[in-house]
Amino acid sequence: MGALGTHESITADHKLGFFRRYIFSLDHKVIGVQYILTAMVMAIVGGLLSMLIRLQLAWPSHQWPWLGQVIPTGMEGGVMKPEFYLSLVTMHGTIMVFFLLTAVLAGGFGNFIIPLQIGARDMAFPFLNALSYWTFFLSCLAILSAFFVVGGAPLGGWTAYAPLSALPQTGPGQGMGMTMWIVAIGLFVFSSLFGALNYITTILNLRTKGMSMMRLPLTTWSLLITAILGLLAFPVLLGAAILLFFDRSGGTSFFIPGGLTVGEKLVSHAGGHPLLWQHLFWFFGHPEVYIVILPAMGIVSDILSTFSRKPIFSYKTMVLSMSSIGVLSFIVWGHHMFVSGMNPLLGSAFALTTLAIAVPSAIKTFNWLFTLWGARIRFTAAMLFSIGFVSLFVSGGLSGIFLGNSAVDIHLHDTYFVVAHFHLIMAVAPVFAMFAGLYYWFPKMFGRMMNETLGKLHFWGSLIGVYCVFFTMHVIGMAGHIRRTYDPYQYEFLKHLQPANIFITKAAFILGAVQLLFLINFWWSLFKGKKATDNPWRANSLEWTTSTPPPHGNWEGEIPTVCRWPYDYSAPGVKEDFALQSEPLPAAPSGK
Amino acid sequence: MSNKKFVFVVFATVSIALSLAGCGKKTGEEATVDTKSSSPAGGGASAYNESMGTATVTGKVAFTGPAPEKTKIQMSSEPSCLSQHKGPLYAQEGEINANGTLPFVFVYVKEGAEKWTFPTPSNPVTIDQKGCRYEPHVFGIQPNQKLVILNSDPILHNIHTYAKENAPFNLGMPTQGMKFERDFKKAEMPPISIKCDVHKWMVSYAGVVPHPFYSVTGVDGAFTLKGLPPGEYSIEAWHEKYPSQIQKVTVGDKETKELTFTFQG
Amino acid sequence: MRDSDGNRAAGFIEAGFLALLLVILIAAALWLFFQRVWWFPELASARSLAVDRLFELTLLITGIAFVMVHGALAFFIVRFRDRGTGRALFWHDSHALEISWSVVTLVILTVLVFMGQRVWSDVYFSKAPDNAVLVEVTGEQFMWHARYPGSDGAFGATDPKLITNTNILGLDKRDPAARDDVVVDNTLHLPVNRPARIRLRAKDVIHSFYLPHFRTKQDAVPGMTIEIWIVPSREGQFEIVCAELCGLGHYRMKAMLTVESQEAYDKWLKEQAG
Repeated sequence: MGALGTHESITADHKLGFFRRYIFSLDHKVIGVQYILTAMVMAIVGGLLSMLIRLQLAWPSHQWPWLGQVIPTGMEGGVMKPEFYLSLVTMHGTIMVFFLLTAVLAGGFGNFIIPLQIGARDMAFPFLNALSYWTFFLSCLAILSAFFVVGGAPLGGWTAYAPLSALPQTGPGQGMGMTMWIVAIGLFVFSSLFGALNYITTILNLRTKGMSMMRLPLTTWSLLITAILGLLAFPVLLGAAILLFFDRSGGTSFFIPGGLTVGEKLVSHAGGHPLLWQHLFWFFGHPEVYIVILPAMGIVSDILSTFSRKPIFSYKTMVLSMSSIGVLSFIVWGHHMFVSGMNPLLGSAFALTTLAIAVPSAIKTFNWLFTLWGARIRFTAAMLFSIGFVSLFVSGGLSGIFLGNSAVDIHLHDTYFVVAHFHLIMAVAPVFAMFAGLYYWFPKMFGRMMNETLGKLHFWGSLIGVYCVFFTMHVIGMAGHIRRTYDPYQYEFLKHLQPANIFITKAAFILGAVQLLFLINFWWSLFKGKKATDNPWRANSLEWTTSTPPPHGNWEGEIPTVCRWPYDYSAPGVKEDFALQSEPLPAAPSGK
Repeated sequence: MSNKKFVFVVFATVSIALSLAGCGKKTGEEATVDTKSSSPAGGGASAYNESMGTATVTGKVAFTGPAPEKTKIQMSSEPSCLSQHKGPLYAQEGEINANGTLPFVFVYVKEGAEKWTFPTPSNPVTIDQKGCRYEPHVFGIQPNQKLVILNSDPILHNIHTYAKENAPFNLGMPTQGMKFERDFKKAEMPPISIKCDVHKWMVSYAGVVPHPFYSVTGVDGAFTLKGLPPGEYSIEAWHEKYPSQIQKVTVGDKETKELTFTFQG
Repeated sequence: MRDSDGNRAAGFIEAGFLALLLVILIAAALWLFFQRVWWFPELASARSLAVDRLFELTLLITGIAFVMVHGALAFFIVRFRDRGTGRALFWHDSHALEISWSVVTLVILTVLVFMGQRVWSDVYFSKAPDNAVLVEVTGEQFMWHARYPGSDGAFGATDPKLITNTNILGLDKRDPAARDDVVVDNTLHLPVNRPARIRLRAKDVIHSFYLPHFRTKQDAVPGMTIEIWIVPSREGQFEIVCAELCGLGHYRMKAMLTVESQEAYDKWLKEQAG
């Protein structure tokens, strides 16, 4: 366990100056919180972008002079420019996928929770951990700067399909803006790799005595699998981004075939293939979906169990299904490319593998459902958000069955059906898990409770808003409403959908406003919240055995020894309806 | 452990840093404004004033040989534009005037005016997008002179410049009456081609020259370069389809000389 | 902390409200789908009927699953809320249950995917009949160009080096086959009830040729020529949509497909050639 093993070396850190302690800290808890707070800023940016997108889709020819004042370049004279709209789409996707979802779930919760749940004083490589955060921070600056360079932010979508992304002359924003995007993604990959290496090493090597792999809480399990996915998937994205950079600036032609003309001018590239980018991108991109959703599943599993006062249903199957999702996630990427022009035989193959990955996902759903069977459910804000997660996961998962079936996908591909599907399953559901996690671990992070009433209001508003927005989106997608379109009413067959678009926009504005409740709650509770006890939820895992908030080094004294699995809720032979993992087993063993 | 303080500091740092990253840079295309005089000659040039310019070069651009094949423009997918035109439309590059002269030829002083610097004109040049065509099709403009870009059509046009010396721009103009102002910072010949990617037949050419001695031939094929100081000049006639031609001319005080360019079909 | 009696009362409100919401959700979903407020564009291709059928079957199955899971969720929430009495069930494994729901899921999905593959192979692996019309459609920022082979039935050679504003596809006029090729902008005409082979190409970036009324969508990829075939089943005008983001004018990259009688089609084609 190295230098961190002894108590002396831990307390020595307390003498560090303010900046070393809170800004350039090596403490995993500080780094985790830094991730969460940075991502909170990014989420506000990304959320505002989506509000502008919705504004445009509901009333495309309307003039907003005051917005023209606020955003002079993108909305000169109060009318949104099409290229600005597309850069909003691109940046909303990029910011939310990488800088919110991946950052908070893997970076934020991963850092804060892993050492506490496995009984370690810190991560295996604290410096690498800090490096990971600061690389991420730089990456945030890089992506935001794309808005302010010549030509503005890139307009090719977060998927950056070549050759649109490879040829700077194909649009404003595809020049300097696109370069900044590549730089930001490159930095982000490094940050994620530092984190992933750290998580894997920490979980495999630094578990406390008695903490066998099959006694790990599911949150930690999910973070381990996520880290492995990240370690295997992110380098592919980095490779693709570097090749793209070479195509743009080095005169290579990885993604650019010969004989292209842009504006009737011959492009001096030859020999590449546009589909190569899609294969590389989605080879990363699909595991990325699970990088986001797996930690969410883990967090929700733990919270559902805690507030059901019941063990999670079928722990082993949960671990197994998460692992198989992890493995399968590397062989389903082609379902993003059914109509891309790749060999249709591959379409058949990927439809089959996609079918395969749906099975463990369904199993997990049933397990969550049956965790509730015979429970004593306590409706905290965290629990409500977890139940909301299950509902959203089911809805989004079911609409995935349409898209995974190649024949049905032909019509639905690149419509709002897809947008609705992936928002439900990989954006809103994980965000619900994120909120659940924040309501749940906030006391451990900051020593105070969040306000439950505000939290519940936040939940009701969010659930209703989310379904109003994304359910309706599924329906207009069926009607053929294409995505990434600046003005859908250019098409006769889409004109009748405007009432639906206006409804979605209004719901989205309300949904956005409801998130203010969370921000208010978060900042108010930080200063004025009720002081938290060490184990306010009467939960089992190790983070609840230490003081609230935990000291540097996590436990004042010895790290507790683990005697049981983390799900001994309402176990027979235990007086309380919970039993901390460190609590010695009675004569008759209860759990695993 | 003072958590509140730490959280606050972290949050503040993050937000300030992020917003600084944003506000620090000035947006885009205006970033490298060069407001100096537009003379390419630099050091030895002296200011031009109108009293110097007494000479005139005038003339016409003739066209010989078979008339070029006309390319029909298919505008049926844009009813709002189609209704503004009568009869079939053809690409401007193939147009020949009734009197056997060539329109849309950009005639300008290529060499000989480097001795002077010229003030940037205060009146703007306007390019309009009307009936899915650019008006004008060929025009001259001086460096830093304001270019007003109008969209008179109720549909999207994007004004996309393919400049080599200047920074190219590409602006979407989705609504009727939309107006942007831009300029070109540097002289650029051959002219910058301006295109609309939504309507490939829409093309315009902007010759950016550092002096006011330019002219575009019209339906009579004639051009006039006024206000030239006496001296020797080389005059170029540029057309989008045919190779450029250059003629040398010497003009004396208050003299008017006539030139004829002949383009071969 | 929740050990006060007030919280126990609140538990009922929350459970009830959440369950009610889920029920409303179910009702709203059913209403939307059965009322067909917004539905597929009216079909204009006999060949794609199978796609619609498959969609409807999937909708039925997922709809049942949706109602069942949400119904169960709503029921569990109310039934198993903490009333402050008794302990939760210490029950966390049931192989019988797990195996049964895994098998049911697997069987349903397998059936769906195999039905899907029959449709898929019909769309992509079946050969167009010999009497099919042949047309080439090229996408570029931000227009569609259709090219008909003309009277000789053969497409002439093209060369990207020859592309200009007025020779938009770079037709090589030295090739005799190219001389009678007919190129039209943002327009496509096809005869009704006759198969049409459509060859897709792109000049600059990826576009996607989407015919919503035909349930047909195929990316046009630069450097590739991809052929699909359709059979228009009714006359009328149908919008051609670009479905793959291709740049700032993407939303305006639309063309019109006119399906008409063979006579009208022949007449139109002749006009274009002349």
